[in-house]
Amino acid sequence: MMRLPVSALIGLCLTTAYFAAALLAPLIAPFGVAEIVGQSWEPASAQFWLGTDSIGRDLLSRMIWGGRTTIFVAAAATALSFGLGSVLGFFAAVRGGWVDQVLSRLVDLLMSIPSLISALVVLSVVPVTIPVLILVMGILDSTRVFRLARAVAVDIAVMDYVEAVRLRGEKQGWIIFREILPNALSPLVAEMGLRFIFAVLFISTLSFLGLGVQPPMADWGGIVKENKEGIVYGIPAALVPALAIATLAISVNLVADWVLDRTTSLKGGRNAR
Amino acid sequence: MTLHPVARLAAQRIALGLLLLFAASVLIFLGTQILPGDVAQAILGRSATQQSLATLREQLGLNEPALTRYFSWLAGVLHGDLGIALSNGQPIAPALAKRLGNTLFLAGAAAVIAVPLAILLGLISVRYLNRWPDRLISAVTLATISVPEFLLGYIVIFFLAVQYQFLPSLSTVYDGMSFGARLHAIGLPVIVLVLAVLGHMMRMTRAAILNVMQSAYVETAELKGLRPFAIIAKHALPNAVAPVVNVVMLNLAYLVVGVVVVEVVFVYPGMGQYLVDHVAKRDVPVVQACGLVFAAVYIGLNLVADIVSILANPRLRHPR
Amino acid sequence: MPDSAVAENLLEIRDLVLEATSYPPGEPPKNVTLVHGVSLCLQKGKVLGLIGESGAGKSTIGLSAMAYGRGGVRITGGQVIVNGRDILKAGARGLRSLRGKEVTYVAQSAAAAFNPAKPLMGQVIETTLASGQIGRAEAEARAVDLFRQLGLPDPETIGTRFPHQVSGGQLQRVMTAMALCPKPDLVIFDEPTTALDVTTQIDVLAAIKRAIRETGVAALYITHDLAVVAQVADDIMVLRHGRTVEYGPCKQVIEAPQEEYTRALVSVRSIDHVEKAEAPPLLSIQNVTARYKGTGFDVLKNVSVDLPPGQTLAIVGESGSGKSTLARVITGLLPATRGHIRFDGRDLSPDLTGRTRDDLRELQMIYQMADVAMNPRQTVETIIGRPLEFYFGLRGEAKRKRVQELLDQIEMGHGFADRYPAELSGGQKQRVCIARALAAKPKLIICDEVTSALDPLVADGILKLLLNLQAEEGVAYLFITHDLATVRAIADRIAVMFKGQVQRYGSKTDVLSPPFDDYTDLLLSSVPEMRLGWLEEVLAHRRMASAGN
Repeated sequence: MMRLPVSALIGLCLTTAYFAAALLAPLIAPFGVAEIVGQSWEPASAQFWLGTDSIGRDLLSRMIWGGRTTIFVAAAATALSFGLGSVLGFFAAVRGGWVDQVLSRLVDLLMSIPSLISALVVLSVVPVTIPVLILVMGILDSTRVFRLARAVAVDIAVMDYVEAVRLRGEKQGWIIFREILPNALSPLVAEMGLRFIFAVLFISTLSFLGLGVQPPMADWGGIVKENKEGIVYGIPAALVPALAIATLAISVNLVADWVLDRTTSLKGGRNAR
Repeated sequence: MTLHPVARLAAQRIALGLLLLFAASVLIFLGTQILPGDVAQAILGRSATQQSLATLREQLGLNEPALTRYFSWLAGVLHGDLGIALSNGQPIAPALAKRLGNTLFLAGAAAVIAVPLAILLGLISVRYLNRWPDRLISAVTLATISVPEFLLGYIVIFFLAVQYQFLPSLSTVYDGMSFGARLHAIGLPVIVLVLAVLGHMMRMTRAAILNVMQSAYVETAELKGLRPFAIIAKHALPNAVAPVVNVVMLNLAYLVVGVVVVEVVFVYPGMGQYLVDHVAKRDVPVVQACGLVFAAVYIGLNLVADIVSILANPRLRHPR
Repeated sequence: MPDSAVAENLLEIRDLVLEATSYPPGEPPKNVTLVHGVSLCLQKGKVLGLIGESGAGKSTIGLSAMAYGRGGVRITGGQVIVNGRDILKAGARGLRSLRGKEVTYVAQSAAAAFNPAKPLMGQVIETTLASGQIGRAEAEARAVDLFRQLGLPDPETIGTRFPHQVSGGQLQRVMTAMALCPKPDLVIFDEPTTALDVTTQIDVLAAIKRAIRETGVAALYITHDLAVVAQVADDIMVLRHGRTVEYGPCKQVIEAPQEEYTRALVSVRSIDHVEKAEAPPLLSIQNVTARYKGTGFDVLKNVSVDLPPGQTLAIVGESGSGKSTLARVITGLLPATRGHIRFDGRDLSPDLTGRTRDDLRELQMIYQMADVAMNPRQTVETIIGRPLEFYFGLRGEAKRKRVQELLDQIEMGHGFADRYPAELSGGQKQRVCIARALAAKPKLIICDEVTSALDPLVADGILKLLLNLQAEEGVAYLFITHDLATVRAIADRIAVMFKGQVQRYGSKTDVLSPPFDDYTDLLLSSVPEMRLGWLEEVLAHRRMASAGN
């Protein structure tokens, strides 16, 4: 068994803590998400650990509930972008020909417009709901997964061992699942971490612009928006989500690095004892 | 007539860029048509009266088929007519032009600082590879990459505008303002934009230079006993220019997106704020116009990056 | 040992120790010793050949004569004395005056070693100009003289070209000119002809030898090919795993090697293979023409060859001759545009998708790079077992048993079945690939350069194994190679290919006996032979032949 590096351990602990808080929000949040329990912008106290927000709701509770929304939306969008992007990417790489051409050009086109701009264009006519947000983010982000999955699979598909298997007469299914997938997994897993972070930043940005999660639901970007007026009075409530987003992003990064490192060392089998 | 391969490839890229821009305009138009129901209904909401719906449909030309609407929109765009805003009935083009000017001023100021700084930091990182200056730069840039722009914005407001009051927290600009006053007004958003793009730009620059420094021809130069300065100036730099310019262009394209959010944070009257305001108002013609302009800038910068790579490639410049 | 008392030593290396740090992923970095206390000396105007397999430490020793460690290699012990001073103690300034002036370097890949953004001339005269002793015009004149001496075409104008505008063999000569231009005392040649085709190699080798003799420069000549070094060196040092195996005058090392390892190197490819009699063909390629999609020319033109069962047909040619394309056509990866392939009495479909399972099973393939020919995430048992399962439906215990039989057949024995490819040596990997092909009970195995990535002794073992298996199983080989020594060792029939056409074809004795056509003559006479004076003989022979015309 390999020793867990300190950085990976810290990353793993923090990531787990955030996900646990998101899952257990109803149990651990001291107050309800929209419950007004005090004056606006009360300082931190024994009762309100992080103080209260612009209209007197407990900031810690808002943060926990908001984390639940942010992490759920980001995770769902990541799952969608991975499902869509990697399946289509592998398919394009193995099939080649016109299928590959059509899919690749479509992705080029989608990527020729910045994701945020595309999202804003669509959200100008579509009602902003959680499923819509997940769908829009997932589809826009699947382009990046597609490119990676296709590139990795193309690299593998030209290897002599894949040629040997084709010469044996094996079916497409065996080639994709037994020869290509096991070797494509580690770069994809590491990429999943990065895409999740990107999704967290994306949904937070949209909510901050008022075009993401709608009140009274809480999410981290929205908490910044609600409390931004306080900044000029020296009230740091809007900065609390900053800390949450940054630490989550860095922790997931650390875990992804470790996964990549570990899986590449496993590539040769059991060298990493 | 045979064209020089560089000219031929560059012409190909430009044609491809125009094609991409055309396709992007289709995509932006389609993006506002994807709603299964009635756009007018979606814009006005459930409580709208039949009459106001009919008026809006007329205004949007919804009674025409989509294809006709697209081409009349495209024809207008090509003549510099971006249509009429739904929210105030004014033509979009003049309002957008002024805001585009403001945005380019802000993004340009950020680029003027970020580009040399990123290249300098990249060079320092390579010079002190894996020693403390490199590690310090890496750690700091990782932190700035991990924080979204709007949060960077409030962090700098909190510390630089509220706690110490160096710079104004709102970037108000108006006609007739002096150049110096404008610069003072955009101080904070520029800092945020620089921080937002610096990390990526510096890391990619570092990787590009490192790639050149580890090449066999730089080893040859070292084995010739050349001075470190001569190695960098004569052998590394000519080969590093293209990848570095590429990196810079890609990151300037990234800056275009960053500017949207930063303008909202600092209430700066640029394209980004204009777009976000009108998305909230569901003013479809304005959103389409802004989307097209952003896409054009983005595609244009990527095109410049491509063409620089072609121009710098000795194999293409001096064919066999 | 070479007598060091007679002449002044130009270069003396004493007890050199070289180390590097390796970073295995997921593990703490560790120090590896690459060279364990090697000593050598070289007098003015002499040539010392450093020879060994990959990983022997020959290149790192060569570079230490410039006090340079490539890719994190550190000199951690010993002395390197050039012209009487210990260069390991010289500071940065001292090293700059040494490198490129007293000692210069010729790399294996000149294509990568030249700056792609600049014309050649400026790079060739760069250090000569920097020394400040002569002006640009004089330096350029000196470079042009060297270009002429090295037999480069258009010596007056070749300097204005960019590296990518010059062929590989020419670039290697330009790099030699670059090394000689500052009039150094010592040139380090690091495998200067390894990347070249055999007919190009002989010209570059002759040019280098002539230039060394005419300029009177001393040289360290590093190569893995003993026959090459025998042509240019005065002394030879044989290295293995970073240690000296044998060190002495060239004549003695080649003709009377003292050590077992050297004897093995000298006698490589001594396999005695008696050619089999002609028989009706198993594989018959008839007038095959092929081209790659989107290209305007045929890579194979009207190729016809036959291969009887249980025999070996060697396809010989240089890079670009179309020999590997022929393999792709036979396997059906690249359907022929014209012609037929008959196999075991039936027509093979030109396209892979049109072939039956038995077609596929009876025709197996072994690749040059065994590393990438096996899925790194499968164990040896899966790799060899899958064809058993796929073609014969073997499962469970029956499959395990058969895998073990195959492992015994390739002389690997027990304990390998659950290993991953990364846990095997280069030779073992190639053996597993052979077992995978054998598992299908094929009638024909296509061997595409299967020994060229291996060190000579390991390659020898693989060839012997292939011959034994042929005797046991009666399998036929289509053996694609550029190495004529290998061909002599194993072929029954030979086809020489050049520019997509079969230049010469017949039984081994016929093809290798005169009279030759021009190309076959050039090819055969270009292969270095393991004896002193071979290069001069060939060159004299060629001069006479061209004078006779």
